[in-house]
Amino acid sequence: MFKKSVNKGMEKVKLFATWSSPFVKRIIWALKLKNIEHEIIYEDLANKSPELLKYNPIHKKVPVLVHNEIPICESLVILEYIDETWKDAPRPLLPKDPLDKANQRFWAKFSDDQVLPSFYGYIMKQGNEKEEAKETTLAHLKRVEQLLSEKKFLSGESVGFLDLVFGWLAENSRPLEVVTGLKLFDEDSFPNLCAWRDKFLEVPAIKESWPDQETLIAKYQEINLSKGK
Amino acid sequence: MGKNTEIKLLGTPPSPFVNRVQFVLNLKSIEYEYIDENLACKSELLLTSNPVYKKVPVLFHGNKPPIPESLIIIEYLDEIYPDIHPILPSDPLGRADNHFWANYIDNKFFALFEELRITPGKEGKEAIKKQIIEGSGLLEETFVKLSNGKTYFGGDNVGYLDVVLGCFLGWTKIFEKLNEFNIFDEVRTPKLLEWTNRIRSHESLKDVIPGSEALMNFYMMVMKHKPPRVA
Repeated sequence: MFKKSVNKGMEKVKLFATWSSPFVKRIIWALKLKNIEHEIIYEDLANKSPELLKYNPIHKKVPVLVHNEIPICESLVILEYIDETWKDAPRPLLPKDPLDKANQRFWAKFSDDQVLPSFYGYIMKQGNEKEEAKETTLAHLKRVEQLLSEKKFLSGESVGFLDLVFGWLAENSRPLEVVTGLKLFDEDSFPNLCAWRDKFLEVPAIKESWPDQETLIAKYQEINLSKGK
Repeated sequence: MGKNTEIKLLGTPPSPFVNRVQFVLNLKSIEYEYIDENLACKSELLLTSNPVYKKVPVLFHGNKPPIPESLIIIEYLDEIYPDIHPILPSDPLGRADNHFWANYIDNKFFALFEELRITPGKEGKEAIKKQIIEGSGLLEETFVKLSNGKTYFGGDNVGYLDVVLGCFLGWTKIFEKLNEFNIFDEVRTPKLLEWTNRIRSHESLKDVIPGSEALMNFYMMVMKHKPPRVA
């Protein structure tokens, strides 16, 4: 079992990651927003490292945050852990008010349990299933569009927890549009969502994270080509 | 004694997710009004207060927007009444551990029970029962680690995981009976077996989980409305 190391002042933070995981990226953004020094270890999921398997034996997935040799798994759990541990860092990710917090947690779950799977289905499936996935995703996005009415970011005035959680949508929608030709939402039907996407991608911590939009396009193109499309 | 109508809980007795909220409200000695929901014919209140999922539990606190999802409700209650029987620990690592295992219990362990219910055929069911047994083994390890020799997952007092897992125990008994196996036993999960008896008889839980007959009736209703897969 893991014991707390008594290494005061030497906060060692490691993140087990892959470039493509939406769950990983939100952690990288959080670490950057909080100015937390960290080391990123990119995993090949077809060939998982012994370290990853040691730190996440149950799910064997990324992301895993390792803080002073102690692992924390599951992206939403990690985000809250980061927010609670580095409380003095520039900006809290979650609001103080319990009701606002509950609200953000609810929509975070909605992103991961509902929107992400249906979006993924839309990109990956064919025929009727693709159409169905598209309709479902659009219905979900209408709710997110609503959340953004009269708000600059999903978390309020500045970027926060809920923006990081939905960040996968901001980050991947255009690159996937370019590569697959699939355009899910446009400025006319989803003005708030499009405006939010632009604002989110301009936040320095987000803009400066790798992979950036150009790299994502290149990587998705590579995948498409290797599938013989 | 009049009921405090500031907090209302929309629920249905056989739901373990509703039971969790009741357990926490009792532990924190919070008076509340219970509103019974008929899941076979969902009310306007449910449809408007939880339009995304249309599920119970939903918590109403005064005039504030309603809060659905049992784990979110529990955390909300813990944050507005932090001094009365805290449910989650205060240290970030303890909280992360608790969240991780609650997710495991809901998304992996208890998800297997629905799989078991709808999977046809003996072979299919045996495979799932095996996974449930493995899961209970993991939970035994977790209990030993987190309880650290004490009575509950939360230590000396009932904590988050005691609530999260404890409220499933009415249903684990039903599934054990229907599928002729023991999920918790003296050999594989001795500590957890002891814990199941302790938690079910806890002051704040013992009148919350309905008896086997009521749960069985609910099971029959679910079997009718959401029948198992065809073999």
